[in-house]
Amino acid sequence: MLVIKDLKVSIDGLEILKGIDLEVKAGEVHAIMGPNGSGKSTLASILAGRDIFNVDSGSVTFNGEDLLEKSPEERAKDGLFLGFQYPIEIPGVSMVNFLKTAINEMRKHRGQQPLSASEFLKKMREKKDLVEIDSSLTSRSVNEGFSGGEKKKNEIFQMAMLEPKLAILDETDSGLDIDALKVVAKGVNNLKSPDNATIVITHYQRLLDYIIPDYVHVLYKGRIVRSGGKELALMLEEKGYDWVRNEEVKL
Amino acid sequence: MQNEQDQILNDVTTGEYKYGFYTDIEQDTIGRGLSEDVIRQISQIKKEPEFMLEFRLRAYRHWLTMKMPEWAHLNIPAIDYQDLTYYSAPRQKARLNSLDEVDPELLDTFNKLGIPLEEQKQLSGVAVDAVMDSVSVKTTFRENLAELGIIFCSFSDAVKEYPDLVRKYMGSVVPYTDNYFAALNSAVFSDGSFCYIPKGVRCPMELSTYFRINAANSGQFERTLIVAEDNSYVSYMEGCTAPMRDENQLHAAIVEIIAMESAEVKYATVQNWYPGNKEGKGGIYNFVTKRGICKGDNSKISWTQVETGSAITWKYPSCILKGNNTTGEFYSVAVTNNHQQADTGTKMIHIGKNSKSIIVSKGISSGVSNNSYRGLVKVLRGADNARNFSQCDSLLLGDKCGAHTFPYIESGNQTAIIEHEATTSRIGEDQIFYCNQRGINTEDAIGLIVNGYAKEVLNKLPMEFAVEAQKLLQISLEGSVG
Repeated sequence: MLVIKDLKVSIDGLEILKGIDLEVKAGEVHAIMGPNGSGKSTLASILAGRDIFNVDSGSVTFNGEDLLEKSPEERAKDGLFLGFQYPIEIPGVSMVNFLKTAINEMRKHRGQQPLSASEFLKKMREKKDLVEIDSSLTSRSVNEGFSGGEKKKNEIFQMAMLEPKLAILDETDSGLDIDALKVVAKGVNNLKSPDNATIVITHYQRLLDYIIPDYVHVLYKGRIVRSGGKELALMLEEKGYDWVRNEEVKL
Repeated sequence: MQNEQDQILNDVTTGEYKYGFYTDIEQDTIGRGLSEDVIRQISQIKKEPEFMLEFRLRAYRHWLTMKMPEWAHLNIPAIDYQDLTYYSAPRQKARLNSLDEVDPELLDTFNKLGIPLEEQKQLSGVAVDAVMDSVSVKTTFRENLAELGIIFCSFSDAVKEYPDLVRKYMGSVVPYTDNYFAALNSAVFSDGSFCYIPKGVRCPMELSTYFRINAANSGQFERTLIVAEDNSYVSYMEGCTAPMRDENQLHAAIVEIIAMESAEVKYATVQNWYPGNKEGKGGIYNFVTKRGICKGDNSKISWTQVETGSAITWKYPSCILKGNNTTGEFYSVAVTNNHQQADTGTKMIHIGKNSKSIIVSKGISSGVSNNSYRGLVKVLRGADNARNFSQCDSLLLGDKCGAHTFPYIESGNQTAIIEHEATTSRIGEDQIFYCNQRGINTEDAIGLIVNGYAKEVLNKLPMEFAVEAQKLLQISLEGSVG
């Protein structure tokens, strides 16, 4: 589904990603872990199409097509979803209007008719139950006045509504209390299917108590320095990122 | 990053004006220039009673003693008032069947503007007075409304058919001495709408006037007078467009509203005069005086405006809250793009006890435009417990435009409570990217964000207008971001 080959990315001449290789197949959950400043969020942004970065070399294909030459909205319509680390407030724009616009844009892209108001509201109710989000959130303006936890839950709700092929969750767990964390994790688990894939980007191991990844990658100084199964996350938790640093020194 | 945002803004702000066509129709025109003779001619063409001519001449003589106001935050090029045409009317072809018949070419023009005048196609629930240049072309539903005692007709007809009402109220809220453009209008005004709601009547449909400037070199000077008697209610809407031309055209109108005891008048404007091209050439100068008086106790006047057009806008719809327990409201969205300039706001004059006013102003600036809010809240000595709340927000798209706020507060009563809140924000690249990531393209994203920002005001518009206004906001900013 997603194939990243030797991706090198810089901003203002500063190299942030120094050659990333990663393959994600349908049905898989990948966790990307790493200390602050290792390039995790840059990777998420570059995949979603934020063009404040320069791609110096390498390639990314999404379902066989060149991802990097597409606009952010084209990538979204192709089924790529980014759960933002810091979700943006859009005052005065209702969640209903926002999501209806988004969904109908995607339907148009797939040659489908727009959803009717009643179909849309029905879908909204179903997905609200699925991700166990407080129904009052959806009657408000997009993220306006939401608490940190509410914003993150709202990202998961949007993911449920938009039904992406590939969801990238950028530090969705940061700043969440344990209850909110469980809600987010449950949402991700409930949405898992053999047809879609998820990349969970996180600093801490604790999210992975609730979302069981198939693969764990450790990103350090712009490189994936270790890849493995879920046991790698536990090892990291036990030994801390210093272990990775020491490993790197040995290399 | 900066470049891309600028590029985007540049693109969204270069949308095309949709109503820029010109109808090639024969016109009856009085030659250029302004003099007592011209005024006498206008009055004669309109077969006016003597009192009207006298009113015009008094206004003209007063105007000659006045100077263009210079206090606004506007850069107004010199206007040669002798180079303008003050009367221009589309010549109607011989009327064949009935007196009501309108030249098909004019019907066509209004059809193109989305204002069908033919009986079968008329918008249900909305009565329209269609004004082209200096004359009213047709007023729909006039007879139906008359059954309820409501008078809704062109100003010219009102002068002839209801001279006493016109004489009593015309100039009672905006006297010709009020300001330079009010004096000019009072001297040369040609048509407009007149509306009278009798005691206890709730007007069952939206009343509206659609103003169209068509002729070249001509100014449009219309007057609207709305009188709402005790316990009556009316909701009024006004729309306007003009062809695209390289030269500037002058529009100087007056609207007067009188609300008697417990009457309520809502007045909504969607102003979409030609704003000029991207380089700032052409466009309408929109110098308008709008004022209402809550004369009786418990009366209410509400102004809602969506200002997207005109090269220069100078306009302050105001309320004189004379009665006790009266309410004045002003809800405004003003969009300026390219080289447009707007200096707009309101005046709330509290005279009666327990009078209340609310001001919500949302400015949106883009391109190299300048957008100013100017508002006065004045509480007179006797206005015990007067209450005002003002909220003035400015949204900037790009880094070459300006947003300015000039609030004036004069309180002469210690029990008055006056609040003013203001914010200035920039449309964020983050907000746009967030929308993009959800599959919404940048142009639609801007539309969503701007409409969200203006929602409080758009919600105040009658249904028939709200959808139109939302689209208009988007079109006005088309190319601002892309």
